[in-house]
Amino acid sequence: MKRDPRTVTKLVPVPSTNIIPERDVDKSPILECRHLGIDFGGLTAVDDFNMAIGRTEIAGLIGPNGAGKTTVFNLLTRVYQPTRGTVLVDGHDTAGKTTTQISHMGIARTFQNIRLFKELTVMDNVLIGLHHEMDYRLPGAIFRLPGYWRGERIARERARELLGIFDMQDMADYKAGSLPYGAQRRLEIVRALATGPSLLLLDEPAAGMNPSETAELMDNIVKIRDTFKIAIMLIEHDMNLVMGICEGICVLNFGRIIAKGTPEDIQANPAVIEAYLGKKKEA
Amino acid sequence: MSYVFSQAVNALQLGSIYALVALGYSMVYGIILLLNFAHGDIIMVGAYVTYYAMTSFHLHPLVSVVLAVVMCTLLGVVIEKVAYTPLRSAPRLSLLITAIGVSFLLENGAQLIFGTDTKSMVQEPLISGSLTLGGVSITYAALITIVVSVVSMIALTILVQKTKLGKAMRAVSEDMGAAQLMGISLNRTISFTFAVGSALAGIGSVLHIASYFQASPMMGSMLGLKAFVAAVLGGIGSIPGAMIGGFAIGIVETLVTAAGLSTWKDGVVFAILIVVLLLKPTGILGKKITEKV
Repeated sequence: MKRDPRTVTKLVPVPSTNIIPERDVDKSPILECRHLGIDFGGLTAVDDFNMAIGRTEIAGLIGPNGAGKTTVFNLLTRVYQPTRGTVLVDGHDTAGKTTTQISHMGIARTFQNIRLFKELTVMDNVLIGLHHEMDYRLPGAIFRLPGYWRGERIARERARELLGIFDMQDMADYKAGSLPYGAQRRLEIVRALATGPSLLLLDEPAAGMNPSETAELMDNIVKIRDTFKIAIMLIEHDMNLVMGICEGICVLNFGRIIAKGTPEDIQANPAVIEAYLGKKKEA
Repeated sequence: MSYVFSQAVNALQLGSIYALVALGYSMVYGIILLLNFAHGDIIMVGAYVTYYAMTSFHLHPLVSVVLAVVMCTLLGVVIEKVAYTPLRSAPRLSLLITAIGVSFLLENGAQLIFGTDTKSMVQEPLISGSLTLGGVSITYAALITIVVSVVSMIALTILVQKTKLGKAMRAVSEDMGAAQLMGISLNRTISFTFAVGSALAGIGSVLHIASYFQASPMMGSMLGLKAFVAAVLGGIGSIPGAMIGGFAIGIVETLVTAAGLSTWKDGVVFAILIVVLLLKPTGILGKKITEKV
């Protein structure tokens, strides 16, 4: 992808507790959270959240309902301002940044309840994602200067390419709201990719999908990671998906991390089993 | 027959001004859910700028017109930055009351600066002359008003449908949060919306003074309210709706006046507002609003 190579990348020491795929070991993580926390009034929703994600890692964030998973996503994208802690994106602190700036720093996301621009066409949804990369200005748009057309043409080509990931080129002129559910979910991923992220956050991408759609989605997530060379972090309840494609998994319960590790570690972890299934009755 | 034709021209002339003003109301409401009651008063300022540029400074009419539109645009953006931006996360009611406050400020400020009397440009109108078409005389002012309005509306439609900022506007109006996550700058998009809405009000103000020759401190309040009714009738937040609503209100007012009931025309317009709010609160083209769960 065409994100400018950052000239200055601060080196961040990688905490040894994190699972980073081998190919990323010597590189600084794309995302690092240190002691991240947020209180809503007196309620602590997320506390002491520490995590690092490698540059091409697929990471999973799981936990029972209400554990604070989506809150973590909202903290990472500054929809909520954290009460405590630091979030580093590619070594750069995100303190004081707006949601818009976070998007420019390279984080994109999808939503648990699909939030497409339903009244706009599929093409326009993707073009909006490509928004900040397109450098054609208003006078050009009004007077229809050649530069505007060039920019517009490049943007449309790029949008078609992105829609091609999910074979959705034919739907370009439909209203986003008129697409079937599965296609809307896929379009949200395309729109997020259009912003040129280095970290893609997927909030329950397989929600409402049948097993064969989920299997296809798994292939596509891996394909996206391999094609775009980006990190992906996903929240998901479908354990086949999480255990199947995530290299590192982080388990959240009551706003705290209770386990971190590879899928094998997590499946064997007693604290995780307890959080999901309850405590074993003492004999 | 010629009577019907000239009344039709009157209706279109009045309606196109309402439509231009209603567009500003609807665009701003569409994007930040604010009924910008100061919008009508921007027209008053534009009318005064045109009046003084022409009569006191003897500027070329074209220069005066450009000056008025530019001043209105700037005023709109300044009002947004000073009065509305600090309240972005405040309850909608605070924003509404602030808008009413800004409206009073502009009206009373105008009385203080320009005096309370009505300034008349009948002696040296912006656009003079008329042409005769099949025995009916149409003033150039009416013709230009209709043509300029239609051209402005077409330009606006292209702007909103085709350009990057137009797409950003529609995205923000549909889902502010998701738009920000797509990297759209809220401040820029909202300022841009106010700028476009106020520029249309500026054009409306010039056309208004060209058609009706007058500027007074309170002119914006009634004009603004009627444009608001037009926006509600068409479906507030909808751009084509504002255009339809504007022309509809213009036609109704002209019909009522033509029937010899000109004292009733304001009453009829507001009666429309009541009927719309009772029977179809979303207006002609408005969408049914479902609460998000």
